[in-house]
Amino acid sequence: MAEPRLIEISPVTRVEGHGKVTIHLDAAGEVDEARLHIVEFRGFERFIRGRLLWEVPVIVQRLCGICPVSHHLAAAKAMDMIVGVDALPPTAEKMRRLMHYGQVMQSHVLHFFHLAAPDLLFGFDAAPERRNIFEVLKDQPELGRRAIAMRRFGQEIIEATAGKKIHGTGAIPGGINRNLPLETRDALLAQMEDMEAWSMDALALARDYTLEHAGIIGSFAAFGSNYMSLVREEDGALDLYHGALRALTSTGEPIFDKLDYTRYAEKLIEDVRPWSYMKFPYIKTLGSERGWYRVGPLARMNTVDFIDTPKAEAARQELRDITAGRPQHAILANHWARMVEVVHCIEKVRELLNDPDLQGTDLVAKGERRREGIGVIEAPRGNLIHHYEVDENDQVTYCNLIVSTTHNNEGLNRAVKDVAVSHLSGRREITEGMLNHVEVAVRAYDPCLSCATHALGQMPLRVELYDAEGGLVAERIRDH
Amino acid sequence: MSGFTFTIDGAEISAEEGQTIMEAADAAGVYIPRLCDHEGLRHQGGCRVCTVKANGRSASSCTEPAAPGLAVESETPHINKLRRDLVEMLFHEGNHLCPICEASGNCELQAMAYRLDMTEPTKFPYLEPCRAVDASHPDIALDTNRCISCGRCIRASQDVDGKGIFGYVGRGIHRHVAVNAPALSDTDATVADFAISPEVCPVGCIIRKRQGFERPIGEREFDKAVIGAEIERKRDE
Ligand code: SF4
Ligand code: SF4
Ligand code: FES
Repeated sequence: MAEPRLIEISPVTRVEGHGKVTIHLDAAGEVDEARLHIVEFRGFERFIRGRLLWEVPVIVQRLCGICPVSHHLAAAKAMDMIVGVDALPPTAEKMRRLMHYGQVMQSHVLHFFHLAAPDLLFGFDAAPERRNIFEVLKDQPELGRRAIAMRRFGQEIIEATAGKKIHGTGAIPGGINRNLPLETRDALLAQMEDMEAWSMDALALARDYTLEHAGIIGSFAAFGSNYMSLVREEDGALDLYHGALRALTSTGEPIFDKLDYTRYAEKLIEDVRPWSYMKFPYIKTLGSERGWYRVGPLARMNTVDFIDTPKAEAARQELRDITAGRPQHAILANHWARMVEVVHCIEKVRELLNDPDLQGTDLVAKGERRREGIGVIEAPRGNLIHHYEVDENDQVTYCNLIVSTTHNNEGLNRAVKDVAVSHLSGRREITEGMLNHVEVAVRAYDPCLSCATHALGQMPLRVELYDAEGGLVAERIRDH
Repeated sequence: MSGFTFTIDGAEISAEEGQTIMEAADAAGVYIPRLCDHEGLRHQGGCRVCTVKANGRSASSCTEPAAPGLAVESETPHINKLRRDLVEMLFHEGNHLCPICEASGNCELQAMAYRLDMTEPTKFPYLEPCRAVDASHPDIALDTNRCISCGRCIRASQDVDGKGIFGYVGRGIHRHVAVNAPALSDTDATVADFAISPEVCPVGCIIRKRQGFERPIGEREFDKAVIGAEIERKRDE
C-alpha cells in the first residue's frame, strides 16, 4: 500500500503577516492585472461542522479581531431562525442593537483615528515612520485622547451587553443572556454629551478633509460600481442590524430591492479564481464582468433612502449633495461615510439607553426547529452573510460565510490595479510612493486582513511585479 | 466517636475516626485542590491533584485517612507546582479551547488552573486528539475532547443512578471514558440522572443541550470567587 502523503498548503501571506500584492504586466509592459492576495476564513467553515448550534455565535466571532460582535450577531440571527424564532422579545432585540452600535462605532473610530488619520493628517507621501497613531498623539494630543476615549466608550457598551470588551457571550439562539442594569445604563448615559460633541467634531474633520482634497479624492482609485446593503424594509432607512437587501447600479438604478435576505443565493453567486482563496461574488443577472459590487459605509450612503436620526441624516445629505444625489464612488469618501455612521450610532445609543425595554426580563423566545438559518447584518466594513444548516442532533452540517472583504474583493483588486497603472506607466520599478498608495487604497476599504488587525498605523506589505512570462521583475517589501 | 487532632501546614485540625485528610480539612475550612473527588460520590483517588505530604510521604488526601498527630503539608510551593503540572497535563491531553467552551466560568479544571496560577500552557506537547462530539441524544451531548477521565460520571451513574452508563475503556494512555452502547442515544440516560447533572462533570464534556451560554459572564460560578472559596469561607465563620 502506498504511503499516505502529507500535502501542506501554507498560505504564505498569512504566515508572513503581509498584505501581498502581485502585479502582472502584458507583453507591451503595461499593467494587465493586479491581485491582492488575502487569506480568507475557509478554515472556519470546516471547523464549525459538527459543533453544536448554540456554540456557533461564540465560535465564529473569533473570525475577526476588530468586528467580532458583527459575526457574533450575524450567527445569532441565523441561529434564531434555526430555533424557529422570527421575532425576538424587545429587550433581546434592543440589547443586541445596542451591542452592535457599540461595535460599529468603536470599529469606525479605530479605523479612522488609528489607521487612516495618520494618512489624512500627514499626507500619503509622508515618511512611513510618521504615519501612525503615536505621531498623531504627539501632533494633536487632544484629538488622540478623544479617539481613545471614544473607542473605550464603544468597548464599554460591548462589555455591558456581551459581558466582555471582546469575545463575550451576549447573544444566544432566540435572544440574549442579560439585560442592562440601571447603574450600567447611567454610567453610559453620563458620557453621552462628550460622545455627541466629539462625534460631530470627527465628522467635521473627515468632511473638511474630503472637501479640501476633492481633487485627489475624486481621482484616487475612484471608479463606479454597483452597491449593496441591507436597508430597513418598510422605508429604506439605514439599518445596521436588520433589513432587506437592496442593490443599485453605479448610476443609482435599482438592481433588486426589498429582497428577503434568506434568499440572497438567488441573486448572488460566488466565483472562484485559481490564485485566491477568497471568492469573488457578483450579481447573477449581470454576470461576473458587470455584476460585481461594493459594500461598506460608502455603499450604505449610496443605497439608503435616509437615516432615521437627525444629525446623521443632515450629514448624509451633505455628502450626497457633492454628487447631486447620485452614488458617490470615491473610495476615500468612505472615511467621511464612516464618521456619518459614528454620529448615527451615538444618536441610536442615546435613544436606546433611554428605552426602559433594556431593563426588561423577557430575554429569550422559543419556536419550532428548522434546518436552515441565515443571518445578515451590516458590519462596520459592510454586509455580512452567515448561512448554516443544522441537523436534528443540533450539529452544524453546512456553513457558508460571505464577509465584507469578500463582497469587496473585486473592488479591492481594481483599486490596487488603478494605483499600479498610475504609478508604473512604463517603468518596471516599485517605488515607495506606490507602496504608500497601495496601502491607502487597501485601507480605505478596511479589509479584514490579518495584518490590518494588528498593524497600528503601518500595514506590512509586499508588492511583486511580474512580466508577461511570469518572471519576477521587481519586488518591494515593507516590514513593521 | 473518638476525636483527635492533626496538623495541616502547622494549623491544628480536628478529625473523627474514619475521616480522610480532605474530609477533616473541609470541615475545618481548609481547602485542598481536587478534581476527581466529589461530595456524594465514593472516593477514587485518580487525579492526584489533592496530593499532600503526610509525615513527609506523598498521598492523595481524598483517600488517605486522617490520623492522630499526622503532620500534613499542603500549600507549599513544591506541592502546588506538582498540582499545577498535573492540571497542565490535562489541558495538553485533551482539546481545551476555553474561549469557545460553554463550560468556561463554570469549569473546575479552568478554575483550578486559575487557582494554581497556571500561566504557561506550553510546557508539554499538545496531544490534540481527534474526538467526535456525540450529540445523538435529544437532550444531552458528550464532547469528550474536554473529558479529563475523572470518573465522576462513572461513579454517579453506577452508584447513585444504578445505571452504569459510563465506564472506562482501553488501557494505559489509551484509557478513556465511554458509554455502554454505540452512542449516547442508545443508552437509557436522561437529564434526570445524577450523572448528567451539571455538578457531576467538572468540565464541559457532559452537556445539557440548548443551555450553553445562558448564564452571562459575571454570573458564572467562578466569576465571583475562586474555586474552593466556599470551603475556605467556613474557616472565616
Ligand atoms: S472544559 Fe473547562 S478547561 Fe476545557 S475548554 Fe471548557 S472551560 Fe476550558
Ligand atoms: S465525562 Fe466528565 S465526569 Fe465523566 S470522566 Fe469525563 S470529565 Fe469526568
Ligand atoms: S481528588 Fe484526590 S485523587 Fe483526585
